[in-house]
Amino acid sequence: MSLASAFEGGPAFVPYLVAGDPDYSASLSYVEALDDGGADAIELGLPFYFEFVEELDVDASLVCMTYYNLVSRYGESTGPRPFVERAAEVGIEGFVVPDLPVEEAGPLRDACDEFGLDLAFIVAPTTTDDRLQLIRERVSGYVYVQARLGTTGAREDISAQTGHSLERLDGWEIPKAVGFGIGSGDQAERVVQAGADGVIVGSALVEIVGEGIETDAPTTEVSSRLAGKVRELKAGALAGGSSTNRNEHGRTDPTLER
Amino acid sequence: MSTSKYGEYGGQYVPEALMPAIEELTDAYERYVLDNEDGFIDEFRRRMREFGGRPTPLQYADQLSERYGFDVYLKREDLLHGGAHKLNNALGQVLLAKYMGKDRIIAETGAGQHGTATAMAAAHLDMPCEIYMGETDVARQRPNVFRMRLNGADVTPVTAGRGTLKEAISETMRDWAGSVEETHYVIGSVVGPHPFPAMVRDFQALISEEARDQIRDRIGRVPDSVVACAGGGSNTMGAFQHFRDDEVDLYAVEAGGSSLTLDEEEGVAPNSASLSTGTDGVLHGARTKVLQDSDGQICESHSVSAGLDYAGVGPELAHLVEEGRVRAVTVDDTATLEAFHRLSREEGIIPALESAHALAFLDRAASGDADLGDEVVVNLSGRGDKDIETVLEETDRRDLSVAPDMSLFEELGGGSL
Repeated sequence: MSLASAFEGGPAFVPYLVAGDPDYSASLSYVEALDDGGADAIELGLPFYFEFVEELDVDASLVCMTYYNLVSRYGESTGPRPFVERAAEVGIEGFVVPDLPVEEAGPLRDACDEFGLDLAFIVAPTTTDDRLQLIRERVSGYVYVQARLGTTGAREDISAQTGHSLERLDGWEIPKAVGFGIGSGDQAERVVQAGADGVIVGSALVEIVGEGIETDAPTTEVSSRLAGKVRELKAGALAGGSSTNRNEHGRTDPTLER
Repeated sequence: MSTSKYGEYGGQYVPEALMPAIEELTDAYERYVLDNEDGFIDEFRRRMREFGGRPTPLQYADQLSERYGFDVYLKREDLLHGGAHKLNNALGQVLLAKYMGKDRIIAETGAGQHGTATAMAAAHLDMPCEIYMGETDVARQRPNVFRMRLNGADVTPVTAGRGTLKEAISETMRDWAGSVEETHYVIGSVVGPHPFPAMVRDFQALISEEARDQIRDRIGRVPDSVVACAGGGSNTMGAFQHFRDDEVDLYAVEAGGSSLTLDEEEGVAPNSASLSTGTDGVLHGARTKVLQDSDGQICESHSVSAGLDYAGVGPELAHLVEEGRVRAVTVDDTATLEAFHRLSREEGIIPALESAHALAFLDRAASGDADLGDEVVVNLSGRGDKDIETVLEETDRRDLSVAPDMSLFEELGGGSL
C-alpha cells in the first residue's frame, strides 16, 4: 500500500502531532482524536517509542516525521535499516525527515524500498530547478510543499504562494500536500483551490495541545478541541476541492485554473 | 571543488529550505576563500593585521619548560583582538558575507565568546548583527552580553530547552531558514554542514601558518608535537592545519569534566569529550562523533569551561582521530584548574579555561602519559579574564596546591567578586 492512496478520495487532510506530547496516554487520545476528526494521514513526530504506534487505534495512514539521527542510530547495526524495519512492523507507511536532503538520503531510500515504505521529501520556495529534478526522482508517497520560508509574515497571500509553488511541480504524478503556517479551514480551502492535493497542518494543532497543558485542561476536552479543529480544516479542504475543477487523478487541471 | 565528506563524517544534513543557501555559500567559499577572487583573502589578511593584531607571538615559556623538561612554546592567540582565536573566523565570515552581497549577520553563542567576536567583526565591517543566546547563558554571561550590545549587536535570548548553546544553534538555524536570501549565518566552530567545517578551518589556519614559520625561525625545524584543546574544534583545526603533512604529533585535548561515564538514565554526559567517548551520529548538519544515548537523543554535556561545553565536534577532526593522525586525550576539571593557576602564577598569563585544558595535558605527559618529544607548541587559544568568577568558585570547592590563598576577601568582609 502506498501513502498516495490516502489522497485518492479527494483533497486529503494531513495533521501533525508529536507522539508522547505532553504524556504517553494523553498523546494516544490526541492522535486518535485527529483520526476521529477525519484525518486521511497523520504525521507523527516520533521521539523513539514504537510501542506507541502499536497501541494506536486509527484508520488514517501513519507517517513518521523525525530527525535523521534517531533514524540512523536505532538498533544494533549502523544506518537507517533497523529503524525502517521496525517502523514497517508497527504499521508506519512512510517517512518525512526534515534534516535529510535528497543528496544524503540514499541509505534511507534503499531501506524504505526494501520494506515497501514511502519517503516523502520537502520542496521549499528556495528549492532550485536542479534540486527539484533530484527530488522528483527519489520522492514517493507525496511531496511536501513548504508554502513559504518563515512561519511569520502575511498569511493573506497563501494561495498565491501555493499556486506559484505548485506551478513548478506541474506534471508530477505524485500527490502534492501543502503545509507551513496553515491554521484555518478558510486557508485550507484556498490552498486546495490553488491546486494542492492535500493540506498539512502542524503548529495550529501543537498549539492546542500546548494550551491544554497551560490551562491544565482534561484530556477529553483537548481531544474534542483537536477533533473539532481537524473537522474544520478537513471541511475547508473538501470545500476547496468541490469548488475547483479536478481531473480524474484528483489533481487540478492547470489549463482550467489559468 | 571542495569536499563535503571526511571519510564517514561531514555532509550536509539540513532542511531543504537551506540547501540553496548552503550551495551558494559553497560556491562563495570556493571562489573567494580558495581562489582569492576579488582579492578576498588579501583583504582578510590585511584586516586581521590591522584590526585583529596579527601575527600573534610564539612565546617560549621559561618556567613550564624547566618544570617539564621539554621546550614549551605558547602560540599567543589570547593576544588577538577580543582575547581569543574566535575573531579569525568571525571576521572571515562577516567579510565573506559582504562579498556575497548579504546585508545581515546572525550567529549563535554559548559562553558569549563567538558572539562578541561576531559583534566586533560586524561593527568593524558595518553590518547589522543579531546574536542568539540561550537565556541561561544570558544570565550567567552578563559581561559578554554587554560587550555585544556595546558593539551594536542585538542579543535575542532563547527560552527553549535548557537555554544553552544547543538551543541557540537550533534557533539561529530557524532564523536562517526564513531569511537565507539576505542573511549570512556565522557559525562559531568547525561544525555544521559543509562548507562550514572547511571554511572555518581555513580562517583559523592562520594560527598554524604563523606558528610553523615562527617555530622554524626559532629552532630551525618543526616541533615534535602540537597540543590544542578541543570543544567544537576550531582552534584545534586551526593549530593543526599547517602541521598535518609534517612529522608532528597532534594532540586534541578534550574536556573530561567530572567523569567520562555517560548517565544513560538522565541523558547527561558529565564531560564534553565527543572524540574520546562519543558515538557516530548526526548533529547540527553533519555526521560526526556525538554524545548521545542509545536511542539517539543528544545528551547534555558538561565542562568547567563553557567554551568546550558541546555535545558534538567538527567532522574533519573526528575523521583525523579515526584515522590516527590526531590523538584525542582528555583532562578533567580539577587538572584544568591546576593548569590555570600554574600558568597564571608561573608565567604571568591568565589563560582561558578552554586553553587550560591543553596546558593540563603537558602535566600529564610529563608524568609519563604521553611522549611529546623535546619541542612542543601549545595553542593558548584565549585569555582567562572572562573565567575569573568561575575559577574562584570552582577553586573554592577543591583543595588545589597551586591555587592562591583568597582568604583576604573574607577578612575584608566582601563576598565573591
